[in-house]
Amino acid sequence: MSKFDFPPSIRSRPIWSSLEARKGTAHLMIADAEGAEAILDIATPELMANSHIIHIPKGKSYSEHLSALNPAQLYEGPSYEAALPRIRRVLTDGHMGLQVYLAGTEGLMGQAMQEMMSAGIPHSAIQTEHHGSTARRMQCVHCKGITEDIETDPYQCSHCGLHLFVRDHYSRRLAAYQGVRVDAEDHGNIPEPKGIYE
Amino acid sequence: MSGAEKIQVKVTEVTPLNALVTRFRFEAVDGSLLPTFSGGAHTVVEMQDGGITRLNPYSLMSDPYDQSAYTISVRRDDAGRGGSLFMHNQVKTGDEMVISYPVNLFSLDLRARKHLFIAGGIGITPFLAQIHQLEHFNGHWELHYSCRSEALGSYADELSHSHPNKTHIYYDDQDQRIGLQHLLEGQPLGTHVYVCGPKGMIDWVKSTAEAESWPADNIHYEEFLAPQPGKPFQVKLAISNKTIEVGEHESLLEAMEREGVDAPYLCRGGACGQCETRVIDYQGNFIHRDHWLDDNEHASGEKIMPCVSRFEGKTLVLDH
Ligand code: FES
Repeated sequence: MSKFDFPPSIRSRPIWSSLEARKGTAHLMIADAEGAEAILDIATPELMANSHIIHIPKGKSYSEHLSALNPAQLYEGPSYEAALPRIRRVLTDGHMGLQVYLAGTEGLMGQAMQEMMSAGIPHSAIQTEHHGSTARRMQCVHCKGITEDIETDPYQCSHCGLHLFVRDHYSRRLAAYQGVRVDAEDHGNIPEPKGIYE
Repeated sequence: MSGAEKIQVKVTEVTPLNALVTRFRFEAVDGSLLPTFSGGAHTVVEMQDGGITRLNPYSLMSDPYDQSAYTISVRRDDAGRGGSLFMHNQVKTGDEMVISYPVNLFSLDLRARKHLFIAGGIGITPFLAQIHQLEHFNGHWELHYSCRSEALGSYADELSHSHPNKTHIYYDDQDQRIGLQHLLEGQPLGTHVYVCGPKGMIDWVKSTAEAESWPADNIHYEEFLAPQPGKPFQVKLAISNKTIEVGEHESLLEAMEREGVDAPYLCRGGACGQCETRVIDYQGNFIHRDHWLDDNEHASGEKIMPCVSRFEGKTLVLDH
């Protein structure tokens, strides 16, 4: 089961929906790990004829399935950072009519969303679908350091070492949730970490 | 009176441009600086025409950062309701007039990587101000401007002269047409398209951009409707407790204003939503002409936009 129902939350928390094939002159699809399933779900030969798929496997290879779709271009990269130059080139060379599809973890979708918006694509025109891990990309509000793939609350900042409480406050600009010191009042009193959604 | 705040101005120049279009320059009566605005804004000009007060919106075309004066261009409409004829025939240099603070319902989306302007005829005016605005910041823009003929192409020469690489002019009488589909297909990601001109042109650009899969947020248009004449009708105003008659050549909004009812408005052309009024009771048919309410709201009989819409039937009671 790679789909997860996020509990209702505050306004700043992003809401992910479901991909649907749209009419367009070209299609850019960016996914990580199980996000590939969202692409497999909507793929048709017509859609794939003009699709550029960028997949970051994170240990979950979908190579065979994705190449069987016969997309115009398929790239698999070790990380989002490694894929970024390619994503930027697609955006620079792209024309109006390009459709964007993002699928997978919140960290991937958030960062790619930020990149799409800085290329001038309005937020409302970008489709998303969550699949796979519910881990979060977190920013420590104290040292500003980003830690990826956080699954527990509290967690320890990989930069300054503080123990941080996982909040639902989300920054679109950073594509990260906020982590706030958990033992600010009572130093050293750190609750036992548990899953974010437990 | 409702609407935006007012400014007392003096007409300091009246410049005929061609057989149909005349430009007017306004400066503050007390010599003070006028507020800056943003490209695409309009002002509502008050005209004291005999016993009637006419209030017509016109796009500001001057540099939005030039606070010494505002300019507008008015196309004479001989079959219109008389506002443009009043401007052309009655307004002289030295006259004092009242205009509203600028209101912008057609502003640039400054997140755009590129601004693509499509103008038809007098629809060029808001773009003139937007071009000034973008030129201050080295903004990326391109204009495609279609006019009837060289003789009627207001500002076509000036634009081609100052921005030869960004301006493309098309003359109807020389069978030149904007190759719209091709133009839209070739636009870089992050382009916003803006269209101002006759209704047919606006619909054409909107539907072509949609067919080319442009996001709705990247398509902008400005369409002010002039109120249309129609059969006179009666309206009961529940709050002011008055029954008023709307004449053949006035709008419902104008009739309420004539009777001293303080009704809100901004665009007076069915576009801004400001005048939306609740219908308390009715028996008859609405003639909805705005593009503010959606089809369901039009069908519901619960709301009317008095600046452009009318009514035919027995009773109409409004929440005013
Ligand atoms: S005044 Fe703008 S819609 Fe009526």
